Amino acid sequence: MKSRLRIGVIAFALVGASPVMAQKLETAQSEIAFTFRQMGVPIEGRFTKFSGQFAFDPKKPEAGKVALRIDTGSARFGSEETDSEAVKSDWFNVAKFPQASLDSLAIKAAGPGKYELAGRLNIKGTAKDVQVPVTLIRSGALTIAAGVFTVKRLEFKIGEGDWSDTSMVANDVQVKFKLALSGMAAL
Amino acid sequence: MRPNTKYSSVAIAIHWLAALMIFCAIVMGVYMSGLPMSPARLKLYNWHKWLGITILAISFVRLLWRATHRPPADLPMPIWQRRAAHATHWLMYGLFFAVPLAGWTYSSASGFPVVVFGVLPLPDLVAPDKSLALALKSVHAGLAMALGAVIALHLVAVAKHQFLNRDRILSRMLPRVFESRT
Repeated sequence: MKSRLRIGVIAFALVGASPVMAQKLETAQSEIAFTFRQMGVPIEGRFTKFSGQFAFDPKKPEAGKVALRIDTGSARFGSEETDSEAVKSDWFNVAKFPQASLDSLAIKAAGPGKYELAGRLNIKGTAKDVQVPVTLIRSGALTIAAGVFTVKRLEFKIGEGDWSDTSMVANDVQVKFKLALSGMAAL
Repeated sequence: MRPNTKYSSVAIAIHWLAALMIFCAIVMGVYMSGLPMSPARLKLYNWHKWLGITILAISFVRLLWRATHRPPADLPMPIWQRRAAHATHWLMYGLFFAVPLAGWTYSSASGFPVVVFGVLPLPDLVAPDKSLALALKSVHAGLAMALGAVIALHLVAVAKHQFLNRDRILSRMLPRVFESRT
């Protein structure tokens, strides 16, 4: 009881001490893309629909919070055949799991303009902790948060049944993001 | 030794190797394009591409060999048949290059780079473009069908010489071990 009270006090003190301004995700200028190999052939895709909540002050990264929501049904590969395959139950199972999410657990500075985000990635009903390196660059009124990290697709059961054969479709999926944020404090 | 009545052993080897590969590539091509999306389909597509690129490569070697080695003299036949035979041969050579090149371009236009045997990435011949890909699909299929038709003509001509004229034409292209039987 006492410890819970203490946590409450600390949390209140933290929130009170660092009022981190929220940023807006400018989706039109943002991009979440991914690449994987299919029998050695690089296949590229992107999510065209996603949203996010950002409260991040580059001076106080520890107090920052990030929450991304991605519509799994918006994966586009530039080939209709692949687009319509990706929504099926063996892949994203969009009917049952329409959204994937990434929620930050902790953010820390990792050099000038560089941050390390520890987060929980939830895809297709499976949650895993991931480490995401993020670089922030100022571009006019926008701050661009960019980075690359690798997801093992089978950990999230993306590509089940016959598709779980990694000699056909590699396990490693490289996720590349470029998120344009407005309203962020100077770096 | 009977000089110049038979193709060189290299020409014979390439001929039969290419024949087998082209036959497989055409059968695969026809079969796989009707399959629904599955790992099996993707596997066949990739094998087909690897096979096609191998045919393209072997055709370069073949053309080089053909240009630097004299084939056996024509068998006695009317001039129009001789011309038709040569035209058929050159048409086949042209298609040995045109069919795989069209397929490679089709793959590039579809946004799928060709990676031979899963390890050797080939350059894209064109940028991804949906309508171009659709057009190239028909070009590739059309040229492959043309190659199939010309090969059929080639086989009919061989059969005619072998069984009607009985001029032992097949022995020119058979490895020596099979020669006595024809």
